[in-house]
This record gives sequence, C-alpha cells and structure tokens, in this order.
Amino acid sequence: MFGRILSTARIEFAIAVRNRWVAISVAMMMMFSLVLSVAGSAPSGDLGIDRLSVTVASLTSLSVYLVPLIALLISFDAIAGEAERGTLPLHLTYPLGRGELLFGKLLAQLAVVALAVLLGYAVAAVVAVWGGGLQELAGLPALVRLIWTSVLLGAVFLSLGHLMSCMARRPSGAAGMAIGLWLVAIVLYDLGLLAAIVADDGGAFTTRIFPWLLVANPADAFRIFNLAASGAVGAASGLSGAANTIAQWKPLLSLVLWPVLAALLARAAFQRVQP
Amino acid sequence: MTILTLSGLTKRYGAQTALDGVDLTLAAGERVALLGHNGAGKSTLMKLVLGLIPVDAGKVSVAGHAPGSSVARALTAYLPENAAFHPALTGREQIRHYLRLRGDDPAKADGLLERVGLGDAGRRRIGTYSKGMRQRIGLAQALIGAPRLMILDEPTSGLDPVSRREFYSLLDELSAAGTAILLSSHALSEVEARTDRIAILSDGRLVAEGSLPELRIRAALPLTVHLRPRDGQADQLASAFPEASMANGVLSFSCPATDKLAVMGRISGLAPQIDDFEVLPPSLDDIYSHISRRAA
Repeated sequence: MFGRILSTARIEFAIAVRNRWVAISVAMMMMFSLVLSVAGSAPSGDLGIDRLSVTVASLTSLSVYLVPLIALLISFDAIAGEAERGTLPLHLTYPLGRGELLFGKLLAQLAVVALAVLLGYAVAAVVAVWGGGLQELAGLPALVRLIWTSVLLGAVFLSLGHLMSCMARRPSGAAGMAIGLWLVAIVLYDLGLLAAIVADDGGAFTTRIFPWLLVANPADAFRIFNLAASGAVGAASGLSGAANTIAQWKPLLSLVLWPVLAALLARAAFQRVQP
Repeated sequence: MTILTLSGLTKRYGAQTALDGVDLTLAAGERVALLGHNGAGKSTLMKLVLGLIPVDAGKVSVAGHAPGSSVARALTAYLPENAAFHPALTGREQIRHYLRLRGDDPAKADGLLERVGLGDAGRRRIGTYSKGMRQRIGLAQALIGAPRLMILDEPTSGLDPVSRREFYSLLDELSAAGTAILLSSHALSEVEARTDRIAILSDGRLVAEGSLPELRIRAALPLTVHLRPRDGQADQLASAFPEASMANGVLSFSCPATDKLAVMGRISGLAPQIDDFEVLPPSLDDIYSHISRRAA
C-alpha cells in the first residue's frame, strides 16, 4: 500500500516540477516574504520586540491569502484533469485504491506547499538576521510555528481543491469552483462576520457565537493561532484583534481537524466519480 | 478454465438500456473479439467487467471474483481506447510507475518498452509521442505481470498494418501462455482470423457469437461469381448464364453457397468460352453488416 502511495506521490511531484508549479509557488512565496520583511523591518525598533516577530505577524496576514491560493491552484486539476485527459479510467483499473490515489496526490502537492513555505519564510529569517544580527533569532519559534501551521492550512485547501475537482468533473469548472471557494472562505467570510458584529452591536452573537465561527474557518484559525502565539497582536488589525480573547487550543484544534475533515470529504466525493 | 463469466449483464442509463441481458464466457487462452457499431455497448461492457461502473442487473465474475475487487484488478489488464498518459512524463517513468502500482520490479520497464518497439523513445516525454506510440505505451502497461484477463478497447485503431500484425503476434504469445483476451473493434475485417471467437453486439444485445466459419455459415450470404468471356464469346456465354449481368466486359451473378458445386460444373462445361473466372465468398464486412442489420 505504501509503495503504491509513494509511487503516486513521486510521479505527481515530478509532474508538478515539470508543470512549473513548484517554481511558481516558491517564487511567489519568496518574493512576497522578501518585500514584507524589507518593508516591515523599518518601524520595529521602537516596539521592543525583535524584527522577526514583527515580520512573522505580517507574513501571517500574507500567508492567510497566499497559501490557500497556491494550494487550490495546484490541486483543482487533480481528478478533473485526469478525467479530461482520459487517464483516470486506466488508473482506476490498477490495484490502487481511490484513497491511495488521492493520498499520493495530496502528499506530492503538500511537499510543493511545504517547499514554497519553507523557502519563502527562510528569506524573511535571512533578511531579519542581516539587518539586526543574531539576537533577531528570538523570533525563530514564531517562524517555525508559522511554517508548520502554513503546511496544515495548505493541506486543508489542497483537499478542498480535490473536493472541487471531484465535484466539477471538468478542469474549467473545478478552477471556477476553487476561485469561488477562495473568495468565500478567505475574503467574504470575514466580511460577513464583521457585518454581523456591527449589526449585533455587542449582543449574544458577538460574545458567544462569533468566536466559534471565527475558529471554524481554518484560515481565521490559522491567523488567530499565529498572532496570539507570537505576541504580536498589536501589529495585527481587523478581526485578528479578537485573537487575544480566544483560548489557544480552539484555533489549534481547528487547524488539526480541518485537514482530516477536508481529506475525508474529498475521498467521499471521489467515490461518486464514475470514469 | 473459465476466466470471465457474464450472465444476464444489464446496464441502463436513465431510460436508455446500454446493455440488455448479455451472456458471455471466456476461457483461459481464448481470444474473443467484441464487434459493434458506435454506441452498441462495447465500451459499457468493458467498463462493467473492469468494475469502473456498477452493474444494474446480472453478474460479472473475473475468475470467481467481483469486478473491481482488488483480486480482480490484480488479475486484469486494460488498454483503453485512445490510451492517454500525462504528457509531462516520459514513457519510461510512466511504465515504471505502473510496474510499482502492480507491485512489480520497475527495472522491467526497459524490457517492456523494448517489447512494444519503444526502446529508444522511452526517455522522451509522452507529450512528444504520436498516437501510435501512445497506443504502444498503453500496450506495454497492459503486458505487466502476465495478466489472466486482458481487456483491449479498439487496440488496433491508430496502428499501421505492420504494427497491427506485430500486435496480433503479441496477443498470440499471451493467449498461448493462458491469458484470456477480450478485444473490441468496429470492423470484422480488422480482427479476421486472429481471434478464436467473435461476439457481435447491436443496441446492447448480443446478436451473434461463434467462430468466423460458424458466423459465415449462419449468415448464409450468397457467393459472387465473375466470368470473363473469351473474345467473341460474350453473347453465347451471356445466354448460358441468363441470371448474370454484364459490366465492363465481365459477367457477374450471385448464387447461394450451397449451389457452389453446381455452378462450378456449369462453368467447366463452358470452358472453351471462358477466359477467366472468380468465385468470391462474402467479405467479412458483408457478413458483419448482414448480422447487425438482421438484428436491428
């Protein structure tokens, strides 16, 4: 079983390298984190915390947009693309379970996300040490936390991309659904919550339901967990200000449960695909 | 030993019946050609046998196992119509991957590619291949691990006549080693003598099944006789064969296969008037279209 999963992951990674997805993802993450760490390092001197921690706060706000986008971009084609190319029927006649095929693809794509995140954030660490010396490494734990939570966030949206891919059956439809999902989960969800808070004006919704709704969205959970943990909440804005009022285990639980839930949803949707 | 058994196999898509109570068995080493027009149900039948789509009624058994079960998949090899692979991979990488999926040694890839005539092209990306080369990659993957049952969907489409002959000799080797082979085709002339039995599907029903000679007898199509008269003998010969019509200096008529000897007798009696003659059996395509038309 592991041999089949690993072989699938290997071949999918080779495809990702040749389709330039690896290069594009890595370049995107490195470029954005270079810009953020150079631009964000100027005002930090007065805040009394190290540069890297401030950079991590800015990187968190960036990654919450970029990591799901990259994940959806490399995953939406996974099943729909095979169905359109006509490679899916043959694949499914092999002694390879549908779960194994999906998991192999997930592993390969997760490696791409991890590589992009690792190299991108490494740029930020290098810039911080370059500018402020080794004492900047005090922010290293925050950076490490940002890395593994980014990988978890990536895993969630890779599996959601697979889910779209199974539901749409065609790559063009899957691409549209993936962009729609990104808009709803990353942009509109927060706007909706904000609107609800304003309308509620400090009522029961704001104090009881809102914190759970915030944590239920993996992207918000990612943001809250990283900002609260890094102690750089002051550098954040908007909904993330709520971070210090929510217990840390809640967003962490959300970040751990979502990849599993999304993978199970994708697996269930794949079962319904008839080649 | 029976490798594949279909009994009362039925598949419906909404109100449309794609397959209607098909019975068919394949023994080890047997080569069966599945013929039918587009939409006759050939691909549906194959997908049911492979377990890719669920059966509505009836039963498929692959050496006693349910279609699509892990044992059945391990025993079965499949070559889809217009075999497709990811264009970014090389032929060699693709075959190595398929070998690993079957739990086989990936080092066998080079030998398999050699066997289908792609030894040199194996290191090039599949995106650069011609249709025939992709079909060969498809064949190479179907040869992995000596399968007990091979399902080949229009395997010779896109192959030139020489490659087609090579392809059939590969099938001969496999069937000699005990592999049961079910292959589909549009035309009887393509499968001709290289299969043991022929099954003809029309509108989802099995309308004929048997060896080529059996089908020939059952179709009972007339023979065609051509007579070329000697110079100046045309009128006399035409009056001796009133059923014949003259075109381009050749007299042609048809006769039932059972009258063949009688006709030969008449021809030899008139030998001085005849320059040359031909007796043509019905062509394979005639037999096929006769059977499928009769069913409709």
